This record gives sequence, C-alpha cells and structure tokens, in this order.
Amino acid sequence: MSLTWLERKTLARIQQRVGPSVVGPHGLLQPMADVLKLVTKEDVIPAAADRVLFWVAPVVVVVPAFMLWIVIPFASGLSVRTLELGLLYLIAVSGIGTVGLLMAGWTAASKYSLLGGFRAAAHLVSYEIPIIFVILSVGVLVQSLDLGHVISGHTVEVGGQILRMPDQNFVPFAAIMPLGLIVFFLAGLAEIGRTPFDIHHAESEVVGGPFVEYSGAHWAAFFLAEYMNTFLIAVLTVLLFFGGWSWPSPPTSWFGTDVPEWAVRTMGAAWFMFKAYLVTFAIFWIRGTYPRLRIDQLMAFGWQTLIPLSFVNLIIVAVVVYYHWPTWSMTLISLPFILLLWRIIGRRSRGIDAVSTVKLMDKSELEVTTLSDDLLVADPSGAATQNTEAR
Amino acid sequence: MKQRDTLDTRAAKGVPGRTVDMMINIGPQHPATHGVFRMVLTVDGERVIDAVPHIGYLHRGSEKLCEYEDYAQIITLFDRLDYVANFNNELVLVMAVEKLMGLEVPERAAYIRMLMCELNRITSHLLFIGTFALDTGAITPVLYNFRDRERIQALFESVSGARMMHNYFRVGGVKEDLPDQFNERLESALSEIEDGVDEVDRLLSTNEIFLERTKGVARIDGVSALDWGLSGPCLRASGVPYDVRTEEPYLLYERVDFGVPVGSQGDCWDRYYTRVLEVKESIRIVRQIMCQMAPGEVQTKTRRIVRPPQGEVYAHAENPRGDFGVYIVSKGNDSPYRLKVRPPSYCNLQALPQLVVGHYLADAIVVLGTLDIVLGEVDR
Repeated sequence: MSLTWLERKTLARIQQRVGPSVVGPHGLLQPMADVLKLVTKEDVIPAAADRVLFWVAPVVVVVPAFMLWIVIPFASGLSVRTLELGLLYLIAVSGIGTVGLLMAGWTAASKYSLLGGFRAAAHLVSYEIPIIFVILSVGVLVQSLDLGHVISGHTVEVGGQILRMPDQNFVPFAAIMPLGLIVFFLAGLAEIGRTPFDIHHAESEVVGGPFVEYSGAHWAAFFLAEYMNTFLIAVLTVLLFFGGWSWPSPPTSWFGTDVPEWAVRTMGAAWFMFKAYLVTFAIFWIRGTYPRLRIDQLMAFGWQTLIPLSFVNLIIVAVVVYYHWPTWSMTLISLPFILLLWRIIGRRSRGIDAVSTVKLMDKSELEVTTLSDDLLVADPSGAATQNTEAR
Repeated sequence: MKQRDTLDTRAAKGVPGRTVDMMINIGPQHPATHGVFRMVLTVDGERVIDAVPHIGYLHRGSEKLCEYEDYAQIITLFDRLDYVANFNNELVLVMAVEKLMGLEVPERAAYIRMLMCELNRITSHLLFIGTFALDTGAITPVLYNFRDRERIQALFESVSGARMMHNYFRVGGVKEDLPDQFNERLESALSEIEDGVDEVDRLLSTNEIFLERTKGVARIDGVSALDWGLSGPCLRASGVPYDVRTEEPYLLYERVDFGVPVGSQGDCWDRYYTRVLEVKESIRIVRQIMCQMAPGEVQTKTRRIVRPPQGEVYAHAENPRGDFGVYIVSKGNDSPYRLKVRPPSYCNLQALPQLVVGHYLADAIVVLGTLDIVLGEVDR
C-alpha cells in the first residue's frame, strides 16, 4: 500500500505536481482511502462474460504474487520459509500470473481487453526467459539455489576441492555480473508490465487492456498484484545483485559488546528495505520518463537482444566458475557485451544531428515554387496578388 | 441456460472455424483521440487493414450561425473553431473582411496581431508536443508543456481578458493596446519557455524508445501529401517547403527574419520535430517584433457594426495546423450571406486512412497524434 503512495508522489513531483496531499499528512492515508473506495464499489460483470473465469482471473494473478514472498529472506534466516530450492521456486511461481492475465483478457468479452490480453500473454511469456537465465547464472555463481546463500555465500566441495563461493558482503554481484544486472532489471520491468513495457495496459490505446472491464475489488486485486510484483522485482534485484541485507553486513559487535541476534537481523532487514525502496523509486522514475515500446518492438527487444545476452551471461558465469578464474574476469568479459547493448539502444548519445532529418530552411531559401503555377487554381477575386499591404 | 455459440458448438454442427478481421472502434470517448472523434479500424491481429474516420460529434453549425450574426459576433465564433489557436482564427476572419472593404490597419495593430499569432503558435505546438508524447507513453512532457503554456496564457489574459477565447482582434485593428509592462513579462516568459522546450526536446527527440515509435512510421512523400491536401507542418515534414507566411506574406512577415523547418522523410518523427523547431522560430519572431514595434494607434475607425460591400473574398493564413482559409460571400449586409471555412485539420484528416493502413494498431494512435487535429475545426 505504501507503494501506491510512493509512486503517486514520485510521479507527481517529476511532473511538477504535488500528488496526494489531502488525505492525511502529505497524503499518507491516500492508499487507505483508495482501498476503501475500491472495496465498496459495485462489482460490474459484463453480461457476455464467463462469470466463473471472470471472477477467478484476478485470483490467479494475485495468489502467485503473494506466494513468491514466502521464500524471500529479509535478513539471514528471516524468511517465511527457507527453501533450498528458493531460486527455482521463484522461477516456477512467477509464470502462473500470466495465465490469469490471459483469462482476464478473454473472459471480459470486450475487444479491447482481448487485444490487451494477447499482448500481455505474449510479452510476459517472452520475458520470463531472460529472467530465468539470469537467475540460473546467479545459481551457478553461488553453486546453490538457496536465496540465503546468494548473500552470505557458503562452502561447497567441487571435485575434491573445498571452495568458498562468493558472498556479497564486500563485493555485490552487480560488480561481478553487470550484464546480468542489466538484463535482469530490464526483463524484470517487462515482467511486471511497467513502462516502457506497459503496452498491454497502455492507457492511450487499449485503455486498460485486460483490466478494462473490471471494477472495484477485482481491479484492486490486479493492481495489488502489480505493485507486489514491482516490489518483488526490486527486492530481487537488491537480493541478487546488491547484497541484500549485506554490503556491508550489519555489525555483530558494537564497541566490543556483542549485538543481540534480533538487532542484527533488524538492521539487516532495514538496510535491505532501504535499498529495495531505492530500486523501486528508480522503477517509478523510469515510468515517469520514458515512452512505451510497441508490442512488436517489445518482442523484438526481448527475443533478439535480451535473450541472447542472458545466454551469454550464463556462459560467462559457467566458464569462469568451472575454470576457477577470479571473479573480476567475469566483469571484464561482460564489458564488451554491455558496450554492444549500449550500441543497440543508445542512439541518443550520438546527438540530435545524427538523428535529425529535418532541416531548418531560411525564409530567403523558400522561393515561390512551381507549385503555385501548376497546381494552385488562379484566385477568382484576384485578392491573392494584394499581399503587400499591411493588414 | 442458453448454450453459447462457441467454436466447439460450431465445430459440432460442422461449421468450419474461421479467422475474421476484428473491427475496433476507437472513440468517440477515448483518451487518445484528441477530442470527440471516432475511428473505426479493421485489424487483422495487430495490423490495420482499413480505417474509417467518423466526424461530426462536435458540429455546432458555426457556418450557418455566421449568417445570422454580424462580423463582431462572428469573431467569437471563430475563436471556438480551432480552440487551441484562437488568435490565428480571428486573424483570418478580420483579414478577409478587411480585404473585402479595402481597409488598412495601423502598423502597431499589425505588429500586435503578428505577436499574438506567433505566441498562439507556440502554445498550440506545445500542446501538440505534450499530447503526442502522451500518445507514445511518456506521461511527463505534457505537464511541463502545460506549465509553459500557462505562462503565455497569463499574458493573453492580461492583453485580452481571457486565457483562451479572446475576442481581441477587430475589423480594422485590435480592441485595445497592450497593457503596461507587457514587454518585460513577455521576455521573462520567453526565456523560461525556451528552457522548457529545450528540456522536453532533450527528453524526447533523441530518446531511443521515442525514435523507435516514430521514425519511419507512416511515411508520406511530398507528391502524395499534396494530392491528399495536407498543409502546414504535415506537408513541410514531407519535404514540400510551403508556408503561407513566405509564399503570400500577410501582416508584416516580410519584415521579420525566420526559418522554416522542412523535413525529408515525412514520417511521424519529422512531423513532430518540424513543430519543435517551429516553436523556436516563433520565439525568434516574437523577439524581433518586440524590437520593431513602435507606439501608435491600434484601430482604424470603422462603423460600429461593420458592413462590407457586396462581393466575395478568400483569405488564408498559416495556422499552427496548416493553411486556414475563409471564403466570405457578402451581399452588403451586416452579416455575410455565406461563410465557408477551409479548416486545415479537416483536410489533413482525409489522409488518415492512407497513413494508417498497413501499420500497427499502436501506430494508428501515434499517426493521429502527428496529424494534430482539433475537432472544433474539423466539425465546426
């Protein structure tokens, strides 16, 4: 809920507005008011809609969004359930929400929502692949699927050798796997359906896409799921790439005295949340800044750019881990690919002159062209020739 | 419960399934159609096969009303035609009547008219840039541009009393002189607007996503553009350097120096960027006017109710949207016998099917945005 307030305030400030400011101090109670309003609204179900599926679709979208939070550790050992297959669980459950969106688009019996549903299904499924590959790369790097190990590392025996897998206490994986970070963040933005990848509910075209026929609590459910997914991607980015509750890890001793366990965990969680909110803020910032990609461009970007790069990232990680090369070699090998990505998407860096096809012609260069003689009919009242008097 | 006619039931009956093209109705209530406009698109998946524009939702019978009102009242009607570029509409009407009467306006009045028209061009193009960015998905530039528009509209309010429907030009000049300290306020507004336009330009024009959405989309070449009757920035973006201010200079456009942006590709980006450059050129013109303007009279004495002699006249000018023209048939009375408006948006809109067919659904919205139509003008 706080995320809706944060997003509205952030967007408002970017747009030189104030944002919610009436309900509660600085509009902090606005999410409360929104929830109350949405829940008490009449549930309108279109006459031609399939009633059961129409009702079930938001559920199918919201439940996986909640389920994903079970495995996220907020501090060492502080997760609802510590699964050894945490990374795999994330990949598996995140795919279920797509089905819900497709259901919503189809059952609402409206062409707009159908189109939106098609677009959503196509693009969500395509962008799962880079996310999966990057998550796998992290798994390869840490030699474990446990989310806790991603941050605090662990020792593993590989071919008779005891190896200490990297942890993020001093070097976050963002420095080791920068390509992975970029691919994950972009694919994550696409997965949660945020600008520049929000074509499926582009307000200026399909006016809400698969959500257009939903009102009240159902609509609230969809948007709850979207915000939870947004925060989840932010949390995952921090967890996988920016050290989670580590980097630096919370102090276990304070001027000689041992800090109690609960305090260490709380500090870790607070630091984690702070970093996650920074990434969320970046996601809202991107929403306020960029236009959106068309569906075919979106798919092209996913399949032709992000997926190959995610493959490359996995291969780099696998090679470096297999040959026990130092981790900075991974950064070095990633750099050319990052430059390649920049070359693909960075037309602005070459300046307006490289891009512009419009010439500013001076008034003197424009003569009365032959157009007037051939194509314009002579003015019947002869008024066109009286053009030198001041009017 | 009645069994629904699904693909399964049809298959059971032996009716073969088939794919049909989908008819999508965009508007008249729609966030992106810039007014009450209805576009019926036939799409095959995401590709548009046919586009049929439906207009008339804003028809108010302006031309007929003109036959019952005298010329001073008609000025208010013209304000409301292209409700974004009010001064430009008023100008063409008063130019037509003055041409018919053979009336000359004082120099200061001509300068004031030019000043107001160029400022209105700036506001109109700022609105275009903002709403066009909104069509492509960028939600912020529209608010920056509206902030800049407010600066100019505050100036309009000080001059004419209204932010939008000014009723300021008169047959023979303008209603009254500019208020005190207008020049200082104008200069400070202009410098802030320059910064604002640069800001939005930097944000959008070279943005990779924006380029992907607009470059190469809905190209139209110069000859086709002329065939379809395009005018204004849409025509200039296709490479045809036709600007009424240079072809048939009216007011005092010969005395000011300005450039005219001409595109080469005729795609959406060109149509957008010509307007961005036109804003900068308009600012240049406004500064020159402020230097050249000298104190003087602002209105030629006429009858209170203007009665032009019998005759017919056509006058046109370069509106922000294109070539706006007015044809008046006068029988020597207080009201015209017949008044016909040549609205640029109406003529530009005819090219919509040509531009949109073969492109994606999302492009249809973008193309409609670049045509920059105002329904008040299209429907009158």
